[in-house]
Amino acid sequence: MSMPSQDQAYNFAYLDEQTKRMIRRAILKGVAIPGYQVPFASREMPMPYGWGTGGVQVTAACLTPDDRLKVIDQGADDTTNAVSIRKFFQRTAGVAVTEATIDATVIQTRHRIPEAPLNRDQILVYQVPIPEPLRFLEPRETETRKMHALEEYGLMHVKLYEDIARHGHIATAYAYPVKVEGRYVMDPSPIPKFDNPKLEMAALQLFGAGREQRIYAIPPYTKVVSLDFADHPFDPSKADHPCDLCGADHSYLDEVITNDQGARMFVCSDTDYCAGRQASGHHGRLSPQEDAA
Amino acid sequence: MYVAVKGGERAIDNAHAWLAEERRGDPDVAELSLGQIREQLALAVNRVMAEGSLYDPDLAALAIKQSRGDLIEAIFLIRAYRTTLPRIGHSTPVDTGKMACDRRVSATFKDAPGGQVLGPTFDYTHRLLDFALAAEGLVPDAPQGEPDQTPMPRITEFLNRDGLIQPETTSDTVPPDMTRQPMEYPASRALRLQSLARGDEGFVLGMAYSTQRGYGRNHPFVGELRIGTCSVEMEIPELGFAVDIGEITLTECETVNQFTGSKTEPAQFTRGYGLVFGQTERKAISMALVDRALRWEELGEDNLGAPAQDEEFVLAHADNIQATGFLEHIKLPHYVDFQSELELVRKLRAEVQMTTKEAAE
Repeated sequence: MSMPSQDQAYNFAYLDEQTKRMIRRAILKGVAIPGYQVPFASREMPMPYGWGTGGVQVTAACLTPDDRLKVIDQGADDTTNAVSIRKFFQRTAGVAVTEATIDATVIQTRHRIPEAPLNRDQILVYQVPIPEPLRFLEPRETETRKMHALEEYGLMHVKLYEDIARHGHIATAYAYPVKVEGRYVMDPSPIPKFDNPKLEMAALQLFGAGREQRIYAIPPYTKVVSLDFADHPFDPSKADHPCDLCGADHSYLDEVITNDQGARMFVCSDTDYCAGRQASGHHGRLSPQEDAA
Repeated sequence: MYVAVKGGERAIDNAHAWLAEERRGDPDVAELSLGQIREQLALAVNRVMAEGSLYDPDLAALAIKQSRGDLIEAIFLIRAYRTTLPRIGHSTPVDTGKMACDRRVSATFKDAPGGQVLGPTFDYTHRLLDFALAAEGLVPDAPQGEPDQTPMPRITEFLNRDGLIQPETTSDTVPPDMTRQPMEYPASRALRLQSLARGDEGFVLGMAYSTQRGYGRNHPFVGELRIGTCSVEMEIPELGFAVDIGEITLTECETVNQFTGSKTEPAQFTRGYGLVFGQTERKAISMALVDRALRWEELGEDNLGAPAQDEEFVLAHADNIQATGFLEHIKLPHYVDFQSELELVRKLRAEVQMTTKEAAE
């Protein structure tokens, strides 16, 4: 993609240097205490709360002029909000952008972890709506902070147990809670639980919640365990189909309704991954036929 | 077909262009000027300044024009602009006792030094549509009088002299700045008042109303409501003294609340406080009621479990920019999460069907 020049009316990556320093301090604290939610003085951004302001602030604090940025939403580079955030940084930071996971140095994501493994030179920034994994069990911040401090996670286990008693399964399909480095229970943001095993990776993972004013982190190769029980082990399930475009049987799939008769197709939610596989010759059930032969 | 569901760059550009056209409306109708908005929609401008936490009528007018009259959107524009402004310094505390009042009423005393001044209020108008306004007629001049120079001391001070009202303690501690520090609970009163002052008018009104209807009732009287201009002064380090840097319009409300005493406090009146930019009296009165309700702990009252007594509940949900952003974000694609729920529901249903089938056989 082309590299537009930076809008000189704004500081590099929009935020002023003082603010970026404040955010970097929070990030460093987060890295030092994996999974711990660090309060930070989130700024009002020129996009609405709930639309990635936390991720945007973390990305702004991480970007350097030499970075190459990728922005995805639901795994795709061309979803409207991903386009909007990518444009924002093209305008205010003038950084290079890419859709190729492998070429990106900073990846901002909403709801997915890319299928391709990330490396140690990459940073994955998550947009987080509700950073507190205990929030829906206990709405008060004063209480949940105490519970984290005392490592009092019994309530969460009771909730998971009640799910099993009622449904036979843990009825959490996304934002599935994890325990980080044996200490803090953490919300991995609303990624499907299919992505949970990827949380142990080589890249640095940063989580930004703008409205809730929290930043947290998973440093490279940190141990991340999805909560479960010995007799009900964690199951990172996905749709029981291969991708209809690239044939992948190990990637997370979106279900697309294709006509009013209820016909549907399944395609990789990670568009870059799917396009890469198709380019290297993989086919799915509905791949366009190149030759009649 | 697959790409079509994914929006994309061109769709966004076209949506923005369409929005700009809709904003202008019918080009045969004259365009609104910022001056017209500032002068003729002044109360909308005031609300945007108050909840945007930025005193600038011209920018507020621009925001209202840009947002097509959606005041929460206008407040958002002002907030986003405000965060980018450098902090040059702080003013000294504004002395509202020296306010040049356009309006000053007390519901607790029939008369008081300085007198009651109704000012430009809707209060006693009959709410009948004035069709003459539709005809763009000239407004008859209001009768003129001599400016009243009588000092208007704050009315609650009279009660304070007799020790009948709970005194406010003065403090020289620097108040926290909620726009520069993350919110922390429990919050100090200074922080609570900041949060309420920029809180959504409708939300604060609803909370205040709930206390009047019995959810944490605290028997408020409007001790004093005053609207007028105050000068803003700032210490200039090079000069070593404070200089006047401008004038702002403020609405201040002090409520006097009945209080029968508690284990720690004697029977006396207590106070709630509201202070808001511009002429915004509904907001100022609401703020005072909610402030008073939130003071239950400090005054040794019982926690009745009323929503307006619950600091975390009130403060965490008062901000309309946070609320509207999070609410409206559910318009964004969620198909990854939805897909995972879909798989789960299918799995659970399949298992139930299997069991029922087995049971039937």
